[in-house]
Amino acid sequence: MSAFLDRVATGELLISDGATGTYLQVNGLKPGGCPEEFNSNHPEVVRGMARSYFDAGSDIVETNSFGGSRYMLAKYGHGDRVKELNCRAAELAREAAPSGKFVLGSMGPTGEILEEKGGTADAGEMYEVFCEQAAGLALGGVDAVCIETMSDVSGEMTLAIRAVKDSTGLPVVATLCYDRGPRGLFTMMGDTPESTAVALTEAGADVVGSNCGVPIGDMIEIVDAMRQSTDLPILTHVNAGLPRIESGEIVYPDTPDFMAEQMQRVIEAGATIIGGCCGTGPEHVRAFALLLRGGAP
Amino acid sequence: MAELTDIPSDFIRAELDEFVEREDERAELIDFYAAVAPHLLEISASIISGRNHDADRLTLEALAGGTPALEVMDGGLIAGMALVGIKFRENFIFVPEVLACARAMKAGMVHIDPILSASGIEPLARVIMGTVKGDLHDIGKNLCIMLLRGAGFEVIDLGVDISADDFIGAVEEHSASLVGMSALLTTTMPNMGHTIEAFIDADLRDDVKIMVGGAPVTPEFAEEMGADAYGDNAVECVEVAKRLAGVGR
Repeated sequence: MSAFLDRVATGELLISDGATGTYLQVNGLKPGGCPEEFNSNHPEVVRGMARSYFDAGSDIVETNSFGGSRYMLAKYGHGDRVKELNCRAAELAREAAPSGKFVLGSMGPTGEILEEKGGTADAGEMYEVFCEQAAGLALGGVDAVCIETMSDVSGEMTLAIRAVKDSTGLPVVATLCYDRGPRGLFTMMGDTPESTAVALTEAGADVVGSNCGVPIGDMIEIVDAMRQSTDLPILTHVNAGLPRIESGEIVYPDTPDFMAEQMQRVIEAGATIIGGCCGTGPEHVRAFALLLRGGAP
Repeated sequence: MAELTDIPSDFIRAELDEFVEREDERAELIDFYAAVAPHLLEISASIISGRNHDADRLTLEALAGGTPALEVMDGGLIAGMALVGIKFRENFIFVPEVLACARAMKAGMVHIDPILSASGIEPLARVIMGTVKGDLHDIGKNLCIMLLRGAGFEVIDLGVDISADDFIGAVEEHSASLVGMSALLTTTMPNMGHTIEAFIDADLRDDVKIMVGGAPVTPEFAEEMGADAYGDNAVECVEVAKRLAGVGR
């Protein structure tokens, strides 16, 4: 069976990592640059990022492969490097992982909308694209795949879950992105936390959850709603608030201490795996580890 | 002041009653729809329901029956999209439904556009749209473009990863009065400011109004970098564009 799922099944709190993009930007990624290219031309930065997170107290680190689908890589002229860049992403995180710690292969949205949802993407092709990326991550040795920041639960997300399962047999963590609108919290396609929790469970996810999009106060509400609708473990990756500009610089307002304190409520609401998304770094993870379980293990 | 019952379409009456909650908006729309001929409201209904084959057929029939193209567009197609925009803004419908409505709108507009341009009728305004340098995410921008076109704007879509020079070049080439910039990434968001500076350096800043939007963009950020307006979503984008262009509904 899967060591990752066995550990998750114990129900003990697992701390995931912080943002990948934010870290890479601080360490040389140019605005508009291809993050996954760093796996090949700056491997020391990507490996160092994983090491920083494990040192700070992460039990789980995600790979630098969020935009590693053929659709996304092709926009940078790297459409033919899917296998290489995803495999490398997994290897670099694996190399930094102490024994007993986990590597989650990150898979983000394709940036396309399926035909059935009013867009132009073909479902069969999208499925193949996810299979290709998942195979690269599996080759590099991930423990599970985290399909994240998705908006289309019945279309793109379901295809991705099926693709990962079919092509690798790896466990799947599936997290969606919500917005707060005048009538509450919805994905871009109009699904609620309750309905997505049910849909993800039916689609075969092993762990469900939410990431990005909203501040931590809303995330507590999302986790609570998902908890009412599924028995699966819940993971959440939370932004350090919504970005704002201070004297020309982009600043994420939520401090490590504030987030750690709020994370207690996320856990009370029912999440057993917590971590950061945009704007969070190793210092956030350190604060989570300190407050929530008394320090890095 | 018209009453709800003055609107000559059961479908539009029911839609208005169920989905338009703001009093001022409701009163304005009731006045508007009450003055539209029933056969044009059938076109509106086909847009709102996302029935593109009906939108195509009904638009052709209205034109063949002698209704002027401008009237078919305003009373049928744009009138339909007005309700679609409100339902989207209020979370009654979401992206897939809006895309279906936009497709229906387009099915009608293909018959209207050639007639209008042949008779020299100008659009509300000409808008240049694109995502800024380094940003490849275009779902939000594309939604804005659909709704802008649905409201009667002519939109020149530059696509993604657009440099300041290309925005400036497009404004000059098309004599556009509006520019809309979008960014999804916090890291590319500052390129909106750089593009605005480039317009100043090119001595063109006073010739255009610039609107910005995208997930990480805020009104404060828009103001700080010198944009004329900010839109939180695609419906607001249309409202902002109308305000900047100085046109009514």
